Amino acid sequence: MNIWDFEWTFEVLPDLLGGLWTTVQITVVAYLMALVLGLVISMARRVPIFGSILHFVMEFIRTTPLVMQLVFVFLLAPSTVSGMTVGVLVLGVHYSAYTAEVYRSGIEGVAKGQWEAARALSLPAHRTWGAIVLPQAIRKVIPALGNYLIAMFKDTPLLFAIGVAELLTEAQRVGSADFRMVEAFTLVGFLFLVVSIPSAILIRRLEKRYVAV
Amino acid sequence: MSPSDTPENTTAPGVDGDAAGHAANNLIVFDQVVKRFGDLTVLDHLDFGVAPGERVTLIGPSGSGKTTILRLLMTLEKVTEGHIWVDGEPFSHMNKGSGMVPASENYLRARRKRIGMVFQQFNLFPNMSVRKNIMEAPVNVLGLGKDEASQRAEELLELVGLGDKIDAHPTQLSGGQQQRVAIARALAMRPEILLLDEVTSALDPELVAGVLDVLREVAETTDITMLCVTHEMGFARDVSHRVLMFDKGQIAEAGHPDQIFGDPKEERTKSFLKSVLESQ
Repeated sequence: MNIWDFEWTFEVLPDLLGGLWTTVQITVVAYLMALVLGLVISMARRVPIFGSILHFVMEFIRTTPLVMQLVFVFLLAPSTVSGMTVGVLVLGVHYSAYTAEVYRSGIEGVAKGQWEAARALSLPAHRTWGAIVLPQAIRKVIPALGNYLIAMFKDTPLLFAIGVAELLTEAQRVGSADFRMVEAFTLVGFLFLVVSIPSAILIRRLEKRYVAV
Repeated sequence: MSPSDTPENTTAPGVDGDAAGHAANNLIVFDQVVKRFGDLTVLDHLDFGVAPGERVTLIGPSGSGKTTILRLLMTLEKVTEGHIWVDGEPFSHMNKGSGMVPASENYLRARRKRIGMVFQQFNLFPNMSVRKNIMEAPVNVLGLGKDEASQRAEELLELVGLGDKIDAHPTQLSGGQQQRVAIARALAMRPEILLLDEVTSALDPELVAGVLDVLREVAETTDITMLCVTHEMGFARDVSHRVLMFDKGQIAEAGHPDQIFGDPKEERTKSFLKSVLESQ
């Protein structure tokens, strides 16, 4: 048997591209969720009664393995909830624990004088946050947020553990069916690179455009 | 209004008056105000009043409590003891039942817009153009239409000599220009009281004159009540109706600028003025 079978490679490529598309969809939806939820958590943590509770929850999420969280929630979820839904929710919540910290550092990095100027102008809270603090805070943390997009994309194969038909699961399926695991997993690596590298370049461009201002 | 047209009742209650008695005449009254930061007492049972339209300069060594007075008035700090009154209304506190409780944020927000403040470090919003910096509060606090607020921004920028910078961003301006925009931003709210906190201290010496000229213009063309913390003694002498010399959280001496700068009575005032003039 050849180490590399090109014919087989082209034959299974559509299946793997289908898995890649699922991976990308999961990443995009879970990442958007992490961006929004992380922001909400970072702001809620400033409210004294929520602060310590959220701190504990975030610590728990950050200090336990993602794959354990995936399996745990999948087992507890009603059978009507798909693995894909569980995967997106767990990934989104898991990464929101990290994005919340990123936002927190960005918010704390906004100069005290900006808050004071907003207060001196009697600006309502939604303008202080929406027009002054968050635009400045988010600009500063675009690189860190961008890095979590790539990290999350690379973590989606963990959804293999709950049977979601993402890229790695598809590779495992087609590779084990024909005993061509080398080709299957090499293609997985290649397809991850095809998405990761342009994403990283795009993020660096965003950094240059916004962070330097 | 020139300094010689000093409004009536410009005596300093903390020195020779009683704060409650001044509440009826003064726009601003500090009544036995104490401010502590931990164990450090910054203001120690301070009594003084400021009449409507009066321009008062606060001088004194670092740590004497001058800036804290402005920050208390701007509600950036809370009083530890005592009360602040503005236009006869409690400002640091609010009435509740038969007593007074510390003012809530909603209470303060409704009253704070009567006061404008210009900071030492400008504090312009770097993510907004000069126009938007000036329009932000008139639109979102006073409810002005965008066209009206924009026109107000243009007029004020002309006043501070920066009409051509309206669409620039703060980072594209010099320190002096940023401070002039900050003055325009504060004036855009048409405040009754303007607080100036060492507005030239962060500027290169050659930029100071431009900012002081703008403030002189504001003083001459408006009747805004001004409280000014500054080490620019020439400016204080030209513009103020009254100078208060602070030391250790209390008023060491108060009087007309000609008296304070020409014939100070207190040793502490004499030594402070000597050290300032030597450093300049």
